Amino acid sequence: MLLEIVDLRVKYGSIEVLHGINLKVREGEIVTILGANGAGKSTTLLAISGLVKASSGAVYFDKNPLHKLPAHKVVQQGIAQVPEGRRMFGTLTVQENLSLGAYTCKDSAQIKRTREWIYEMLPVLAERRNQLAGTLSGGEQQMLAIGRALMSQPKILLLDEPSLGLAPLLVKMIFQTLEEINETGVTMVLVEQNARAALKLANRGYVMEVGNIVLEDDSASLMSNSEVQAAYFGGTPA
Amino acid sequence: MEQFFQQLTNGLAVGAIYALIALGYTMVYGVLKLINFAHGDLFTIGAYLGLTLLTSLALTEHIGPVWGVSVLAVMVMGLVALIGALLDRLAYRPLRESPRLSAVVSALGASIFFQNTVMLIYGARFQVYPQNILPKTAINIFGLYVPLIRILILLASIVMMGALYFFIQKTKVGTAIRAAAIDQGAARLMGIDVNRVILMVFLLGPAMGGVAGLMVGLYYGQINFTMGWVYGLKAFTAAILGGIGNIPGAMVGGILLGVIEAMGAAYLSIAWKDAIAFCVLILILIFRPTGLLGERVAEKV
Ligand SMILES: Nc1ncnc2c1ncn2[C@@H]1O[C@H](COP(=O)(O)OP(=O)(O)O)[C@@H](O)[C@H]1O
Ligand SMILES: [Mg+2]
Repeated sequence: MLLEIVDLRVKYGSIEVLHGINLKVREGEIVTILGANGAGKSTTLLAISGLVKASSGAVYFDKNPLHKLPAHKVVQQGIAQVPEGRRMFGTLTVQENLSLGAYTCKDSAQIKRTREWIYEMLPVLAERRNQLAGTLSGGEQQMLAIGRALMSQPKILLLDEPSLGLAPLLVKMIFQTLEEINETGVTMVLVEQNARAALKLANRGYVMEVGNIVLEDDSASLMSNSEVQAAYFGGTPA
Repeated sequence: MEQFFQQLTNGLAVGAIYALIALGYTMVYGVLKLINFAHGDLFTIGAYLGLTLLTSLALTEHIGPVWGVSVLAVMVMGLVALIGALLDRLAYRPLRESPRLSAVVSALGASIFFQNTVMLIYGARFQVYPQNILPKTAINIFGLYVPLIRILILLASIVMMGALYFFIQKTKVGTAIRAAAIDQGAARLMGIDVNRVILMVFLLGPAMGGVAGLMVGLYYGQINFTMGWVYGLKAFTAAILGGIGNIPGAMVGGILLGVIEAMGAAYLSIAWKDAIAFCVLILILIFRPTGLLGERVAEKV
């Protein structure tokens, strides 16, 4: 098991928003987390990255406890996140954003290789390398967010709604890129509103409702599950 | 022409001093969104430490005036940087997760603490810098004579600001500082230890502010434990003028304010000198609250 979440509880102030969730990710897998707004998907990813603290429970990565580490040390373990809303460093250039993604990396030749690989995979970033990130379009920013996360050469990539607010054609492109990245051996946890696309890409999925995981299965079964269909595909079968 | 030139060079020197102090306000504001009210007092401490080291070590007698003052400046920068780091560790870091107002109150408390400590150690009266530190020569620039010290202040400030700008723009740590100023959470997701970034800012800002104190001591010859208040306010105005949080803005704002003030004092009225700075502050807040260089790039969401 590459990543294992055990009975994780998270509070914001005195309000508990994750009520003891369990989740497992095997090496090489793409696991998707589905759920309505406010279900606690982002909080789950933030807790893995250490940006919010668990009030109880545990997160293990390769059997090592993550939940005791400060956020900046989690990255060093091989976990990168593409956060909700992209969170670009808008007044820095594309290249500077990428460099920051490799902040924990010491080997400059390695950094350069990774950067060239990303530029090859996402050529639009190469064209705009000296442009300020804030001047990119939404789709370009999303690609930059993914590229930036890949710069640390993570073993696992956490993605929080990468298709949010993008036109269908761009969504398709982003998902293709994710598949490509996964084929290089990067494990993924994908939070999505776009359930159909997410389940098509993922091996397995979890469904969250108000701070609990209510359903867990392989993608094909979830896709044909009537509850999932009613909630996420407007009742029409995929 | 002569008077204009003298006022211009005086304004540039004083403006450079404002700029050095303003950098500390703007960098701390950049990453913490906090006005470090104790920053003006770190400037005062720089002036007093400079005086103490100057008289006790007599460096300028041993290794000559320019080298002596340079070594002195480095020592003052180091010591005030250390005090700045302690200030962050003791007064601000414990309040990182608290409401913003707590840190503001802590800043005011730290300011009062520093001011009173300086007063208790050195007394409430003006202290006088020895007058024979730097030669009283004037340099001939195109037939006009400018006091050596003005030129030294200006040159030293330009070198330090240039070095800071290079550090912030071109180095890995500098880029991390800029990133943390934009989005601390995202910076942490990159593996940046934000507390270390903040510590760095509390080393750099106070170092610049402290050396500015030494410069004022050398330029005007006398210092007082309340001097940080007026200079702090002027430098804060300069930071707002340039766009708070913006590092080149603080540099430009400081120099500009120094020149405006000097020209105002010469051509309007000397009595208006301090009021001019605050008129500038009010005008900028009304007509361009983001400052001259603030928010040059609209961030698309
Ligand atoms: N910073 C925060 N402070 C307080 N409550 C929050 C915060 N972030 C999220 N919440 C609340 O926690 C719950 C889960 O939010 P979130 O994890 O963002 O859900 P999702 O990503 O599934 O939409 C929601 O009720 C939300 O209002
Ligand atoms: Mg969310």
